[in-house]
Amino acid sequence: MKLKHTVMAAAALAVGATASAQAKDKSTLQVVQDRGYMNCQVGQPNPGFYNLDSNGNWSGHDVAFCRAVAAAVLGDPSKIEFQSVTSQVRFTSLANGESDMLSRTTTWTATRDTQLGLDFTTVTMYDGQGFLVSKESGITSSKELDGAAVCVLTGTTTELNLSDYFRSQGMNFKPVTFEDVNVLIETFLKGGCDVYTNDKSGLASRRSAFPDPSKYTILPETISKEPLGPVVREGDNQWGDIVRWSVFAMITAEELGINSGNVDDMRANSKNPEVRRLLGAEGNLHTGLGLSNDWAYNIIKMVGNYGEVYERYIGEKTPVNIPRAGSLNALWTNGGLIYSPPFR
Amino acid sequence: MNSPVRAGNTAHGPERSRFSRMASDPKIRGLVAQAIVGTLIVLAGYYLVSQTIYNMEKRGLTTGFDFLSSTAGFSIGFHLIDYQPTDTFGRVFLVGVVNTLFVSVIAIIFATLFGFIMGIARLSHNWLIARLAASYVEIVRNTPLLLQIFVWYLGVFTLLPPPKQAFELVFGVFVLNNRGFYATAAVPGELFWITGIAIIAGLALTFMFRRAARAQREATGDAPSYAWKALAVLVAAPAAVFVLTGAPLTWEVPTLKGFNYQGGWAVPPPFLALLIALTVYTSAFIAEIVRAGIQSVGKGQTEAALSLGLPRSRTLKLVVIPQAMRAIIPPLISQYLNIVKNSSLAVAIAYPDLVGLWMQTSLNQAGRAIEIVATTMLFYMVVSLSISGLLNIYNRRVQLQER
Repeated sequence: MKLKHTVMAAAALAVGATASAQAKDKSTLQVVQDRGYMNCQVGQPNPGFYNLDSNGNWSGHDVAFCRAVAAAVLGDPSKIEFQSVTSQVRFTSLANGESDMLSRTTTWTATRDTQLGLDFTTVTMYDGQGFLVSKESGITSSKELDGAAVCVLTGTTTELNLSDYFRSQGMNFKPVTFEDVNVLIETFLKGGCDVYTNDKSGLASRRSAFPDPSKYTILPETISKEPLGPVVREGDNQWGDIVRWSVFAMITAEELGINSGNVDDMRANSKNPEVRRLLGAEGNLHTGLGLSNDWAYNIIKMVGNYGEVYERYIGEKTPVNIPRAGSLNALWTNGGLIYSPPFR
Repeated sequence: MNSPVRAGNTAHGPERSRFSRMASDPKIRGLVAQAIVGTLIVLAGYYLVSQTIYNMEKRGLTTGFDFLSSTAGFSIGFHLIDYQPTDTFGRVFLVGVVNTLFVSVIAIIFATLFGFIMGIARLSHNWLIARLAASYVEIVRNTPLLLQIFVWYLGVFTLLPPPKQAFELVFGVFVLNNRGFYATAAVPGELFWITGIAIIAGLALTFMFRRAARAQREATGDAPSYAWKALAVLVAAPAAVFVLTGAPLTWEVPTLKGFNYQGGWAVPPPFLALLIALTVYTSAFIAEIVRAGIQSVGKGQTEAALSLGLPRSRTLKLVVIPQAMRAIIPPLISQYLNIVKNSSLAVAIAYPDLVGLWMQTSLNQAGRAIEIVATTMLFYMVVSLSISGLLNIYNRRVQLQER
């Protein structure tokens, strides 16, 4: 009896390994179009960036880029299966093929881009790590943090930046490292640590859900560069191009003044050749991507341009409240870093 | 009974070939079956490993253990061995191992003590004590451990006062606040090792006195007291040595400085929450094991001991518990293994154990998932097998010697 079990277990293992080894030769675009929906990986709900409402619908700044790709590839931004996994397994999950792309405030770093079998496509948000403290503590600068207990989430680049910053400043600190952001916040709100560190966008997002957000302040210093953007698997350049140019289409649309409200009008009446090329009224920019000629039109019509998405989910009118004007995330024409290569 | 081969012969006649005789021999058949299964398992294992390596190479994932000697770069909130962010990933692994073993060993000690007390209390003739112990066991045993860890952490330790309003206990020798538990540390001076040697010598001498006293009791039936001698070598002699070498010990009192208390000996709240949760949870299981063990000893044993005039406490100590141990040890081993493995839930509340440091932070920074998961599994296996090995040796000693 025992013998039989062992044989069966061995056989099951072997079958499992074979199954996972095959079916890798079709292009991601082909696989997604055959399947009829896209698998997009987001994080555990995070106000403003990837939020789950009571009906099970995902929305948010990073979700919008998933929706944009689905609109470009499938012509329907709702044809997405969202995968919400913890940050430690995010890259493994993507590399294994469980998701087709990842869009979840993930920092582009050399190690991640070169050693994990992944490709970062482009930057959708220029962020930086900062510190959140209670106003009551009287702290006004990160230079006053010597000896502080710092709450930090594991499985992120923030842990390393934190050590680097304190080392370079010659200060000491005590990391309190959590796996679950909810336990971290509970600890921070009850005073279990003096500071909460994360990307500033993440701090603003979490603060918006605090019982009394006005009692907390983000210190002015930014201690790291955190370029956030969508990630794809390495080895399928066409798919990487689709994700990258979907983002560029949203940026270019904003630059050219195209938004979800006027896109039909612009496609029909605009004389600007770049607008016409972008919206598929002339030229053949879509062929290299393997998409239909209205791919960019679909993105802007169904999801919106870069600025619309920003203001809708994380702008000053939202609880997350990250001002865009004057920040790195303004368009390059307004002094920011949001810039797209030309559509020609 | 006939041997299997002979049985085959009588059934099919003597002219049957050697091969068919071997085929009908259950012993040989068993060996062949095992060889086939063994080969299949090895092949399956080989296939899995080579396929994994192939897949990883195909996906451009770097593999190997070279990352162990590269700089980790991150800080660790609680470490018992020296650690700097400039140390290597190999060092991080060690820190994690030590932190895991630290909390596990202390939890094992407390859970055993507490479990024995509760187990005996459940059998108490005092109705209230027995009921209290029973409800303790039932409540603790029937709720998930992770939940209990959160209750201790979020419900108790984070609700303690902040550093500036900390509880100072015993005139500030101990301090308790929401950042941890601080105790005044004794810092040994240069000549303290001489006192250390005196203490060890005292322990050795006491042990010898005890053996001599036992030998004498077995020979003559008279048990001489060696308490005074033991006191002299254990306390008086080391104390004298300590004073003669100039009292080489200074006290480091935890004091409020900046954000928090500094100095002394400190453990963070997650450690306390984890330790208490593991202790409480496992002690409930141990209590049941102890109760079952004691009840497995025949009532006649107690009655016989009482009729010999042994008082109740000595009956328990000399007659019941030694026999109960035979039933207690095997399930106790698995509870100890559970403590070590359950300590990995530390990751939920920020105690930097092996899983937190290695499987979370290091895995994220170095990205070597397979290597890191494999080493973590190996560690837990080695620890578990060592514990069960040690306790099995002890178990063999206390088992009934059949002659």
